[in-house]
Amino acid sequence: MTTTVAPSTRAKKRPGDLIFAGVSWAAGVLILVALAGVAIFLTLEGAPAFHASPDAYFGASNLVAYVWPLLFGTVLAATLALLIATPLSLGVALVISHYAPRKLARSVGYAIDLLAAVPSVVYGLWGIGYLGRHLTPVYEWLEKYLGFLPFFAGPASATGKTILTAGIVLAIMAIPIITAITREVFLQTPTLHEEAALALGATRWEMIRMAVFPYARSGIVSAVMLGMGRALGETMAVAMVLSASGIITFNLISSDNPSTIAANIALQFPEATGLRVNALIASGLVLFVLTFAVNFAARAIVARGNRRS
Amino acid sequence: MAKTKSPATHRTAESNSQEPRVPDTATTRPTRSGSLPLSHPRLPRWAGWLVAGVAASASAIITLSLGWGLVGWAVLTIVLFGVALPVWSLLVENKRAATDRLVSTLVWVAFALALLPLISLLSTVIENGLHVINAQFLTYSMRNIIGEGGGIYHAILGTLLITLAATVISVPVGIMTAICLVEYGAGNKVARAITFFVDVMTGIPSIVAGLFAYALFALIFGPGVRMGIGGAIALSLLMIPIVVRSCEEMLKLVPDELREASYALGVPKWRTIVKVVLPTALAGIITGVTLAMARIIGETAPLLIIAGSTDSVNVNLFGERMMTLPVFIYYSYTQPGVPAEFGQARAWGAALVLIAIVMALNLLARLLGRLFSPKTAR
Repeated sequence: MTTTVAPSTRAKKRPGDLIFAGVSWAAGVLILVALAGVAIFLTLEGAPAFHASPDAYFGASNLVAYVWPLLFGTVLAATLALLIATPLSLGVALVISHYAPRKLARSVGYAIDLLAAVPSVVYGLWGIGYLGRHLTPVYEWLEKYLGFLPFFAGPASATGKTILTAGIVLAIMAIPIITAITREVFLQTPTLHEEAALALGATRWEMIRMAVFPYARSGIVSAVMLGMGRALGETMAVAMVLSASGIITFNLISSDNPSTIAANIALQFPEATGLRVNALIASGLVLFVLTFAVNFAARAIVARGNRRS
Repeated sequence: MAKTKSPATHRTAESNSQEPRVPDTATTRPTRSGSLPLSHPRLPRWAGWLVAGVAASASAIITLSLGWGLVGWAVLTIVLFGVALPVWSLLVENKRAATDRLVSTLVWVAFALALLPLISLLSTVIENGLHVINAQFLTYSMRNIIGEGGGIYHAILGTLLITLAATVISVPVGIMTAICLVEYGAGNKVARAITFFVDVMTGIPSIVAGLFAYALFALIFGPGVRMGIGGAIALSLLMIPIVVRSCEEMLKLVPDELREASYALGVPKWRTIVKVVLPTALAGIITGVTLAMARIIGETAPLLIIAGSTDSVNVNLFGERMMTLPVFIYYSYTQPGVPAEFGQARAWGAALVLIAIVMALNLLARLLGRLFSPKTAR
């Protein structure tokens, strides 16, 4: 019995194929390398600052004392932004997915994308040149009538360059991101679920609450976290809008505000020399780790949601 | 109040107009002999308009008597409307319907609040920037200019050069990665990791990208380095993930039948990708790349750090500082010079030019997408 060796069903690898596959894999791996490179180079250039003299920290005694108030400001501004942006974005996403007639919904989608396309420096310009100025009466009102709350203790800023203004600008920048993802998730709700809810006599709000929201929960969470990533890392808008003095306070409307990491880098870097540069890079590393963790968690939630469905 | 009585008619969400429930034409009134009514009383379909009109006029009267201005009028109208309609609904219909109407109002208010900044921003920039723009503004640099005059020629040039360089770096890497993910990496662990980290990369703060480029160049050229190409590297770090995502989506849309037909003819895989898959997806890829350019052309923070700022024209990406539009806007507004109004006016003018460029790129993306889309039998 001779077993005829079947001619291999796998075609011989052509050199062109090998080269092409190699190049495309190299490109893919290059991205991973670049991401690792960000962490490595920031650590390399930030490391000299770990044991530097107080001069490198613009007066703070050590790196932790230098970064901590900035970290506080970063998180505070991002939290304010999310508190404002999340309900508004859900509203916009619901209008696009369930409330507006389809034609209107499409043009609204374009308008929201436009909001995303506006450069951050223009937001900063608008925030400092228009919004801040028009918010001062609001801050005075808040100080007068809600001054017993620590958030509005005042004295109200006369220029409107407060952390609340920065939070509002950040919220406006986060809205398109959160909206874009939540509206996709809302639109993916199975029509049968929605129709079943309506057929059982649910009102539209009950239908949304019972059929759409449970389905979209992980999508909403991750969208909010992605918006948070943007708000944490946003630089120019905060650098322009905020008048920072580097203190830790929950007072939202005074002219003494905590700065954020990103804004602090943008403000100090152009004039910084020597070890100060390394200290700024070290603070940038903290920001990178923070945003990386937030984005990582958000994407992991999305991935889990995708696998489930 | 309820004149129209009808069974609750529900439509699917898409076909719903502004009014949540519209009485059907086939109205069946409950027979008098029946003990239970077949339907609830409900508000007429013009109830919303009526309440809106009443709220607007009532608020106008109050506003005029107290002298509050337009904003006060709008806020008061919305509050009155938001209270009156649910209360009316609560009296006539039931609690659930009232909640529904309240939520509808809230959702639309949220929507309006989100769109207001866009309108305000565009009108502010146009109002402040339009009178600045003239031929001199677009063709002069800021070299040796103090006070009035000067322009943004050097900044426009720098922005275009750096964006172009970033595109040249990002597009090959992005497209090849997308090919790797779609054509070679199905089910592969490394490919899954790449997909995941590309997503994570879209969230890197732009200032961190700038610091990365600075750290990289400082290791090579020593501290204090400022270079246009560094800006391009930083921007490409932000652009690559966007390009990969959009190209990946586009390549996935190419039907497998096309690939299989090509293999059946004995065409090698790489030629199939180059000659069949990429041309089919070309429209989407071009759109994606243009949108990615529009996204990064306005980035400020990385350029502030690595490209620096200057008043002169510099077309050499590999040497010396390079001015860009976003950085120009930032410095013109925050350090406007001695008569502040000229510097700030230039900042608004440059902002208008930058927005115009971004919008033009967005429009171009849609146009190119339509132009290059494959001719199908759809």
